[in-house]
Amino acid sequence: MHPCPAHTRALHSTVTETPVITTTGLTKVYRSRGREITALDGVDLHVREGEVYGVIGQSGAGKSSLIRCVNLLERPTAGTVTVAGQDLTALAGRGPRAGKELRRARSRIGMVFQHFNLLSSRTVQDNVELPLEILGKSGGERSRKALELLDLVGLTDKAKAYPAQLSGGQKQRVGIARALAGDPKVLLSDEATSALDPETTRSILQLLRDLNRRLGLTVLLITHEMDVVKTVCDSAALMENGRIVESGTVGELLATPGSELAAALFPVSGDATAVDRTVIDVTFHGDAATRPVISQLSRTYNIDISILGAAMDTVGGRQVGRMRIELPGGYEDNVVPVGFLREQGLQIELVGAAAEASAPVKEGAK
Amino acid sequence: MTWSEMWPLLEQACWDTLYMVGWSTVIAVVGGLPLGILLVLTDRGGLLQNTVLNKVIGQVVNIARSMPFIILMVALMGFTRSITGTTIGREAAIVPLAIGAIPFFARLVETAVREVDGGLVEAVQSMGGNTWTIVRRVLVPESLPSLISSTTTTIVALIGYSAMAGTVGAGGLGDIAIRYGYQRFETELMWITVGILAVVISLIQFAGDYAARGLHRRGGRSGAAPRLRLLKSRAPANSGSRTSGGTGSAAAADPDGTGSADTGATGADPVDTSAEAPSAAGAGKVA
Repeated sequence: MHPCPAHTRALHSTVTETPVITTTGLTKVYRSRGREITALDGVDLHVREGEVYGVIGQSGAGKSSLIRCVNLLERPTAGTVTVAGQDLTALAGRGPRAGKELRRARSRIGMVFQHFNLLSSRTVQDNVELPLEILGKSGGERSRKALELLDLVGLTDKAKAYPAQLSGGQKQRVGIARALAGDPKVLLSDEATSALDPETTRSILQLLRDLNRRLGLTVLLITHEMDVVKTVCDSAALMENGRIVESGTVGELLATPGSELAAALFPVSGDATAVDRTVIDVTFHGDAATRPVISQLSRTYNIDISILGAAMDTVGGRQVGRMRIELPGGYEDNVVPVGFLREQGLQIELVGAAAEASAPVKEGAK
Repeated sequence: MTWSEMWPLLEQACWDTLYMVGWSTVIAVVGGLPLGILLVLTDRGGLLQNTVLNKVIGQVVNIARSMPFIILMVALMGFTRSITGTTIGREAAIVPLAIGAIPFFARLVETAVREVDGGLVEAVQSMGGNTWTIVRRVLVPESLPSLISSTTTTIVALIGYSAMAGTVGAGGLGDIAIRYGYQRFETELMWITVGILAVVISLIQFAGDYAARGLHRRGGRSGAAPRLRLLKSRAPANSGSRTSGGTGSAAAADPDGTGSADTGATGADPVDTSAEAPSAAGAGKVA
């Protein structure tokens, strides 16, 4: 894939080039009653330190298996998993039970769940203390750490409450506090916001983003909601049938012509209003997004531009998006304006009949 | 038989029953709890999956449970003697009682532990917890309300079994009821015994339910809170219909039959079409 553009790095200061989670050829085959189901089919995943990495896909695409293989809750059939420089697959040993080494490695990987998975018999504070109990920390140290974490997620006043008395969003905050108890470098989020309403989802994502920035925490999240990727992710991967079909930083994905993920993140639609028109998709990212290129285009070449559809959003504090515009005349008449847009650093894709006629041009854009 | 004759008999019998049931419950819980947890852990997909062991334990439990208690008591006589040195008396009865109750309790434990959400197990695994941690911190505490209910059920079953312990001279309330009440035609004593047993069992059941519900309310499963609220919200509606039923029955006491039937019908909340309204009206007609 393309190297990470400099401007993206500058913004997400926590992201470094050090790989934190790496999987190579990860394969998981489930056998049940003689039938074999391949959930993961040679997945190579590279998550860099300090980034929020989203894996998106429909249910059954293998996302859950993937995230469970990262901390070896599921044993991969083949392939390796390396987290923070430690080859977990080598630690696993044989047999279904996790050895001491693997358990210690797991305690350094936080995990949050869709259904929170809090112990109903324990108070909020005791839930957060649980990982510390497993680590063998003393009572005083546990409660100090737990209260500190509850403060971090904004639930200090709920320390003595039971999970049944909390709302979904609060439960997930407890889940996050608990996941952070072992001072992990990596946080795995298994559809953490899928059971929450849109507003709560936003606040939880905000929290994850915050933790990522403040603690330099690397977050690997899986989701089926494009919005989640759009809101928090630095990078994303699209999974289909146990394979990663596309991956890269959000900027890279947008810059990739024909990227399914980019199209899904910024969907635009609209057909040409007449035969003799040229319809193009303009992708804004980086500096070009802040310049008034469309009006410049209109003034420079004295042409009328109609906007058929647009999807703009702020990703990582920067305007990105796609716009479908219509120019009068056929493609031949618009070579110069399109060239102008390209010069401005915009990604241009031809839509419809014109795209087929000028396939080599599109190739050139790559 | 006079009361002064009955009293020492009953007092002794109460203590005997309590002694036998108490000890056998303790042993049943101590033995049945790990057995029940083991049944879950060794099952297919369990943390300590071991199909052979699971089948063996399951079969042993089934056989022990299929045996009528009186047969078990006789079959275990050799074993009982090797432990207590005798086959007669209260101590001797505890052995077969406990052995009969262990598989019973184990099955109840199995059901209770199976109810624990697998996600919780996964969460503790992801924290680096081992199987023992999962048992101690998740499976047992999370199923505690159910385990308490299971213990209550076991105690009640043991009180039933202990009636047969009289056949080995262990005494107890059931023994008194049979030997004095049935065999010597002391009907009065028999009914007193039955009454005491009923009261004791009710008290145990009540205490067990209270403890289980208390734990449930404190922690609660995720589904417990709405269920409790549902009960509460329905309570005023119930009391409302009860008052309307009350008006109806008060009217039924009215000598004028038809008039009272009308009052009963209108007295009932028109929105609340509960069973009370027609029954009150019916009562009015009868009057």
